[in-house]
Amino acid sequence: MTSASYSPSSSTHSSSPDRLRERVGSLTARRLGTVARVCGLLVVALFTIGPVVWTVSTSLRSPAESFDLPPQLIPAHGTLSAYRQVFDQIDVWLFALNSALVTGLIAVGQMITAGLAGYAFARLDFRFKRPLFGLVLATMMVPVQVTIVPVFLILKGMGLTDTLLALIVPAVPTAFGTFLMRQYFLTMPKELGEAAMIDGAGPWRVFRSVYAPLATPGLAIVGVLAFNYHWNEFFRPLILETSNQNFTMPLGLVSLQGNLGTGSISVVLAGVVLSMIPAVVVFVIGQRPLREGITSSGLKG
Amino acid sequence: MSTPVSTPVRTPKSIPARAGRSRAARVTAWLFLAPTVLGVVVFTVVPIVGSVVLSFFHWDVIDSPTPAGLANYRELTADSSILTAFRNTLLFMVLAVTLQLVVALVLALALQGRMPRWIQQALRSAFFFPLVLSAASISVVMKYLFNQDFGVVNWLLGQVGASPVPWLTSEGWAMAAVVLVYVWQQFGFSFLLFVGGLANIPRELHEAAAMDGATGLRKHLRITIPLLSPTLLVASVVGVINALQVFEQPYVLTDGGPGDSTRTAVMVLYQTAFEQLRFGEASAVGVVLFVLILAVTALQFRLSRRFVHYQ
Repeated sequence: MTSASYSPSSSTHSSSPDRLRERVGSLTARRLGTVARVCGLLVVALFTIGPVVWTVSTSLRSPAESFDLPPQLIPAHGTLSAYRQVFDQIDVWLFALNSALVTGLIAVGQMITAGLAGYAFARLDFRFKRPLFGLVLATMMVPVQVTIVPVFLILKGMGLTDTLLALIVPAVPTAFGTFLMRQYFLTMPKELGEAAMIDGAGPWRVFRSVYAPLATPGLAIVGVLAFNYHWNEFFRPLILETSNQNFTMPLGLVSLQGNLGTGSISVVLAGVVLSMIPAVVVFVIGQRPLREGITSSGLKG
Repeated sequence: MSTPVSTPVRTPKSIPARAGRSRAARVTAWLFLAPTVLGVVVFTVVPIVGSVVLSFFHWDVIDSPTPAGLANYRELTADSSILTAFRNTLLFMVLAVTLQLVVALVLALALQGRMPRWIQQALRSAFFFPLVLSAASISVVMKYLFNQDFGVVNWLLGQVGASPVPWLTSEGWAMAAVVLVYVWQQFGFSFLLFVGGLANIPRELHEAAAMDGATGLRKHLRITIPLLSPTLLVASVVGVINALQVFEQPYVLTDGGPGDSTRTAVMVLYQTAFEQLRFGEASAVGVVLFVLILAVTALQFRLSRRFVHYQ
């Protein structure tokens, strides 16, 4: 029962006779406890993944089978008809294009503006730096719902309501992204910029050629977080977009649900699956930036 | 872009102080800041002021606004439906945040123990997965899973011998369903914060405690929890701010019903403004919600002085 045997499983293979005996000996309550703990965790994981697995599997069933209980993991008569119906009922391509356009432009916009502002707050000198940073920090606390009525009116005044720009423009300036990038730039050595300045580089050049490239991982965090948040966004599109042609995926889905009532759930779920694909792709590719973004958001308290 | 070097020799430290150079730097700084600061002012600062001002008016967007004094705020306390919505929001916050923190903490601690690395990583991904899905579409899915007659949740309950629960159609259970769906999606956020926090706790402290004879629960209560308390504070503050804004789940799952049992403050705000076109009243709801968020957050920080230990 020494700590030597606690290292991850990889050490199992390099077992000397000594260790082997120890291992056999430690097949005790403690070992069983670990097994029970891992099993418990796996059950929880089943609950977090289960609804999505059910969604995918049900979307592949025929309407007649879609209510079957117990839910079968592999549909007896798998069919893509639900997906065909989704494409008939709503303009999936249009909604996907709208979502991609809105989300992509917001993500890129946030990376640019947060990169610039974060760098200014971290490394440049100007008047009112502290109060201005305080102001930006404070707006991080303000929920979108509290400001939505005036924001709606401002956008209406600009003639932007019911356009995709109404979703993009207010979402590009990001207090949280700015804060994240400032922290990121603060970790970089000052000397790099100073060396470039001695070589005659101006402030823009120093940012562009020295610090911005180094900040790529931080910018990726901002971009992935923005993509994830805005791809799934529902509240602002619900208010700001009124005509069908400007709907994003989540809005289109809920309208799909309205059209169909309780007729066939496989069609609605096929729509859900379609809308989830990009989110899942981002989950797979952007897992690390997403995780780091959330973990470092813990710093904001 | 680069300014010409006017003096041949300068030490790095003197650069920001020199007039010619720092002027260029200042201009650059303002250019760098312009999009963010302008955006924050136009789309957050002005709207907050606007919300407060608007809350003292009646306005349907078509006719010009008429002064309302405190009428909109008086209506908040007079309209039983709005009062219920705020009560629901607070109840939801308490239930959701508590459940979310407990689940996340237990899972983060359980994940710390010994197990193959790949299982650990797979589990972490699985817990974090719901977070990347859209609340609206997952609520659509959950609406079917929680259906009283053909939903999988009741079927599962039936398997362990429990009778079916009218999740979305009874006043008592609807709130429970909304909380469960919300927590299902959100606990991964606190979970990740805790995993990060736990990783920062020096291993030696646990080893020292183990040598002194501390075990299991006692070790966690005396060492892990106090050391994790700054992270706990952040998780609960963020949790509260998010929970008070709940909208998608009740909107899709129950549309606020049955009765008013799951109507939340943001739902009232949405309906008042964009369905009934009563912008003044809606702004008053928003202002009260904002004050509520600030008050609860301030309270948390105040309480935290007694419970949070920084290393």
